Amino acid sequence: MNAAAINDIAARHPDAFRRSLWKRYAVPIGILLCILYTFYCAWFFSIATVLEKANWNLAGAYLADWVSYEIRPDIEFKDDYLTIDYSRFSKLGSNPDPDWVVKQMAVIERRVDAAPAPAIATNKSSQDSFMAPGAPTAENPAAPLGQSAPAAPETVRENAVVAATVTLGNGRIAITPNLVTVTRGAESVIFDIAKDSSVTPRTPLPDWIEQRRPGSTAYVSFDFLGRAEVQNDEVVAWRRFFGWANFVFDTNSPFWGKPFGEVASLIVSGARIDPSRSNAALAWDNILNNAEWQHGDVWLKLLQTIVMAFVGTVLASIVAFPLAFLAARNVTPSRIANQVTKRFFDFLRSVDMLIWALFFTRGFGPGPLAGMSAIFFTDTGTLGKLYSEALENIDDKQREGIRSVGATPAMVQRYGVLPQVLPVFLSQSLYFWESNTRSATIIGAVGAGGIGLKLWEAMRTNTNWANVFYMVVLILLVVFIFDNISSYLRRKLMGTVGNGNDERRERAPAGLPPAAQIA
Amino acid sequence: MSATDVYRAPALSPEGATVERHWRDLAARRRLYTIGGLVFLLLALSGSLWFANETNAGKFFDRLPHVADFFGELKPRDWFDPVRALFDLPSPYDDGSLKFDYPEGRVYLTQNIYIPEYFHRMIETLNIALFSTLVGSTFGFLLCFLAAGNITANRWLRFATRRFLEIVRAFPEIVIAGFFLAIFSLGPVPAIIAVSIHTIGALGKMFFEVVENADMKPEEGLRAVGANWVERVWFGIVPQVLPNFMSYFLLRFEINVRASTILGAVGAGGIGESLRLSIGRGHEAKTIAIVFLLFCTIVAVDQFSAWLRHRLVGRQAFAYGGE
Repeated sequence: MNAAAINDIAARHPDAFRRSLWKRYAVPIGILLCILYTFYCAWFFSIATVLEKANWNLAGAYLADWVSYEIRPDIEFKDDYLTIDYSRFSKLGSNPDPDWVVKQMAVIERRVDAAPAPAIATNKSSQDSFMAPGAPTAENPAAPLGQSAPAAPETVRENAVVAATVTLGNGRIAITPNLVTVTRGAESVIFDIAKDSSVTPRTPLPDWIEQRRPGSTAYVSFDFLGRAEVQNDEVVAWRRFFGWANFVFDTNSPFWGKPFGEVASLIVSGARIDPSRSNAALAWDNILNNAEWQHGDVWLKLLQTIVMAFVGTVLASIVAFPLAFLAARNVTPSRIANQVTKRFFDFLRSVDMLIWALFFTRGFGPGPLAGMSAIFFTDTGTLGKLYSEALENIDDKQREGIRSVGATPAMVQRYGVLPQVLPVFLSQSLYFWESNTRSATIIGAVGAGGIGLKLWEAMRTNTNWANVFYMVVLILLVVFIFDNISSYLRRKLMGTVGNGNDERRERAPAGLPPAAQIA
Repeated sequence: MSATDVYRAPALSPEGATVERHWRDLAARRRLYTIGGLVFLLLALSGSLWFANETNAGKFFDRLPHVADFFGELKPRDWFDPVRALFDLPSPYDDGSLKFDYPEGRVYLTQNIYIPEYFHRMIETLNIALFSTLVGSTFGFLLCFLAAGNITANRWLRFATRRFLEIVRAFPEIVIAGFFLAIFSLGPVPAIIAVSIHTIGALGKMFFEVVENADMKPEEGLRAVGANWVERVWFGIVPQVLPNFMSYFLLRFEINVRASTILGAVGAGGIGESLRLSIGRGHEAKTIAIVFLLFCTIVAVDQFSAWLRHRLVGRQAFAYGGE
């Protein structure tokens, strides 16, 4: 095709080639407007500043907390020995002695003021293979433990930790009262500790250790597996473990820390731990009241959320059903009745679910009654609107047929209208049930019952991200199950079960207004 | 067979009788299912109601007479006070407390012209909604072609995209908002991210269903003249689906206005936060002003979006999908 031919075609069909300016440039103009609006929003919300100030390290740690937990031994330097503490509510129970913290014990002499403190190291004096340079050798182990002398300042001899090694993933930290050796992979750095004054590395620091000022705390990173701080009076190490700690039994439970087989045999045939009830009852009670995970409470709140969505939607359907007949032009001939009912629906819908939720939380007190009332009020409006639209779109021939054989008005509705709209009604209600299961979570956070508030509280503390993730998993599971039940029922109602294509496409039924599909 | 006593039906052939018997069986089973379903629904409903009542802070029948008391508490000192609250005019009852400090929170544009606080908050919420709809629909637009069976031949890519959209859609917005609230300080950005992410999932699903129902003939024509994948999508599919995409965009915007209001109430800024605070503190004039403003805005947004959608795609726009 040459240029002349092209010009010829263009001359014969000018409309196809010369569109209006607006039509030609609509897409570029639209994109340009979007970009301009993006710039405006970036300024309005000062997004750059927010992103700059954001604490991305925290983000990584919080995300890691979703699927893992940390244990923090806290090794404090004393004059010539060490003390090892774990945080108060440690996941290792009341008397932690993990095998990745290796202690070396020795008998030392120390001065005690006034009343002597109880023996520091009550741990078993297992001699370990670790040999720290410069550590006092433990040649006379049979020293009297914690002599309680009545006199004032005095020297006592006792068994104490003189060196410790903490293993963290690919590295370890060897600690003695005045020397800390940090090893990661093949590299290692030795720090001299001047107690209560400075931390001094002997060699230049690699990039996985950070020291902000000479002599100040050194921050050691072992990537995902842990981190540590070498301070001038203690070494704090965080070792990270995958999984959810104490998910089934908490540390107070008699079943805690036992392997599955042992717990099972205890439940089936063991002697009663608590004489007043069977082991199975005790175990179940321990699981429900697990202090860290609060399974019982979480499940109760989740059930509340499900119930809120269910009751709210069912009641809204029941109320919207007769009102929709009143609102439909072709069913109720009165203009006034139509308009009043429709405006009523609009009112219920436009007062946001949030406002209803806040209002009913005031009215009924916090709990699922408030949430279900909020869903009920909002959805009566929405479902009523959708129902009446479905009614206005019905095929008139069936009604005429019924009327022509002399049926009463009620019979006309029953046999001429209802069979056409009932599947649509039910399918819309099911769709809202499904979408309300999702939105019931969020209104719960303002106090309207359900898991929302629990989720929100767990997030506000910033320490319970694993619990948050646990609840998210439960919510996703519930949403997934209800989505499938609802879409199965909907497809069954629409008579399309069994002839879907290979991808099992979930299609919105005909006549379902868009608002219902998108929610 | 008593009904047939008056009008005696002709005797059925044995085959006819079998058909009739089967029909009766079917009808009876159907009735049984319906009744069974209704009974089940009734039981579930009453069980749920009982459970909800038991676990609520206040009991339904104890609280019912007092539910409307809130409206009584909402009565302002005089009926012009909510107007003052709405437009940040000084109140004659100003006693220095938070309750009547209407001029506080004005956002000055110039020396004298200001945007009243709640209007500014409302604009913030609308911006959150619009911007996150924009971000969400951009990503949804990019992803929907990968999820559509008629555009993307690779089964695994399609499967992965669809599952991704599903998870993103079902993930509770409040968790995303809470997570980013922990990283950023308080403010609207977490709400934007949360609503955007949800919008990607919700719109991506709607979009790919539209794409799957698109007419493939333009695409075939382009394929015949050797267009590559991007060209085929851009010139063959996009012009057809764009009006539908636009109307879904608008619908999503309506929904996101509500969502960002609720997220605001749990600490992500905007009008929702003001509403929760004023209800919680019992500031009646402010509450009325905010509820009124919110109501008007939602009605206006709904009307505007319905009008624009009507212009874009006409009445039958959403009849697709059912065949």
